[in-house]
Amino acid sequence: MLEIRNLSFSVNDDSSDKEIIQNIDLVIPDNKLIVVTGPNGGGKSTLAKLIAGIEKPTSGSIFFDGQDITNTSVTDRAKMGISFAFQQPVRFKGIQVVDLIRLATGKDISIADACQYLAEVGLCAKDYINREVNASLSGGELKRIEIATVMARQTKLSVFDEPEAGIDLWSFQNMIQIFEQMRASIENSSIMIISHQERILEIADEIVVLADGKIEK
Amino acid sequence: MYPFKKPLDEIQKRLLKEIADLHKVPTGAYNIRSNGESAGRQSTANIEIVPKPEGAGLDIYVKPGTKNESVHIPVVLTQSGLKEIVYNDFHIGEDCDVVIVAGCGIDNCGIQDSEHDGIHRFYIEKNAKVRYVEKHYGSGDGTGKRILNPGTEVYMDEGSTCEMEMVQIKGVDSTERVTTAELAAGAKLVVRERLMTHGEQNAVSTYVVNLNGDGSSADVVSRSVARDTSFQKFDAKIVGNAVCSGHTECDSIIMDKGRILAVPSLEANSTEAALVHEAAIGKIAGDQIIKLMTLGLTEQQAEEQIINGFLK
Repeated sequence: MLEIRNLSFSVNDDSSDKEIIQNIDLVIPDNKLIVVTGPNGGGKSTLAKLIAGIEKPTSGSIFFDGQDITNTSVTDRAKMGISFAFQQPVRFKGIQVVDLIRLATGKDISIADACQYLAEVGLCAKDYINREVNASLSGGELKRIEIATVMARQTKLSVFDEPEAGIDLWSFQNMIQIFEQMRASIENSSIMIISHQERILEIADEIVVLADGKIEK
Repeated sequence: MYPFKKPLDEIQKRLLKEIADLHKVPTGAYNIRSNGESAGRQSTANIEIVPKPEGAGLDIYVKPGTKNESVHIPVVLTQSGLKEIVYNDFHIGEDCDVVIVAGCGIDNCGIQDSEHDGIHRFYIEKNAKVRYVEKHYGSGDGTGKRILNPGTEVYMDEGSTCEMEMVQIKGVDSTERVTTAELAAGAKLVVRERLMTHGEQNAVSTYVVNLNGDGSSADVVSRSVARDTSFQKFDAKIVGNAVCSGHTECDSIIMDKGRILAVPSLEANSTEAALVHEAAIGKIAGDQIIKLMTLGLTEQQAEEQIINGFLK
């Protein structure tokens, strides 16, 4: 369970403070799929980055399974069981898809096992497993690989930042299946998805609307 | 291991493993040079290795039409203060398809500088294919420097192909590498250089590739990482004298207080020469480190993975 208490985040913009997240309280219980939606610029991605530890809050605190993680690093949060799928996946020259999946699982898994994860995100594994995660991959391909790295981690909390962006129609049905499978296969796990997509909103246990840095009831 | 004239000690064996991945007798021809003299040599029916007088190097003759054979010519130096210049000439006959594995490992535990300057000349005849792999490695905790100055000259006849993979990842204090190539019609040269410098190391890599014949092409790509206070200079020049295509690329990561100077240059002496150069130098992107940290790696582990991948 993730609990956010009175969380705020501001940036210094032209010598005045701009509040991106304002005094948010939010609970993501175990066994729930929460979708965070709302207008662009409302603070959704920032909230996801605060949960992953990529950004540090100006004030307030974050608890994960009862432990205060407000000041812990990205690495420590990852090890505790928080995963984060980037909205814009990162490219790496020279690192192959199989390397990235192995790093995600934290084990030296076989090629066949790594291929399994690619197959689940709808990529023909043998065509991709040895490709470099570089600019030769399209946005949609990178996005699916990004989802595969989060799946491979099998963590208690998975945060997806607009997973549907750049993904074609394959997708919706498959992607929704992936989320359902993750919930079923990882005990007491929860998923937070940032999305505008109606069909993703439909599968949510709870919908949170974030606008101007505040949660709208 | 090789049937050695003089048994190699553990350090020499380790160096051999680093530079040539050799822990067993290779099939094919080989010559092992250890501390200035030959420690083992074998010719085959198609590949003849002939020593030059007074240990000044080797002539290696590959008979026309030889396919799928290899030549290993590793060099190891463990004697502090030894300086040598060696000339190895490769004569590759028409229609051959061979792999040549060279490399030099220096272990210097003493206070005097050790230096190996290997000059390799390739005479590649019509339609022959050569794959050349060269690895350099230095170790030892002496204050004496480990110095390697390789010179490579490639003369390519019509329709020949040469792929060169040159790697220097660790431990060499000073390198000045000069590679020159002359390409006749339809010849194709591919170079993949990977270089990492650390400490106070200094590495200079210079290429001059002359595309002299119609339909010739060259692709020279260097990927390098400069750490600590090390310095690298990459100077690649492609000269187009005919209907030809050339591409050179230098892609580098700098860390700590490392410095890199990239000087890619092109010279077109024909309106039909299509030449391109690219150079990029920068630090590791912050979002690459963060992505790997979200997979549970520490910042340092993330950096290592990124560099390993980059130099792979």
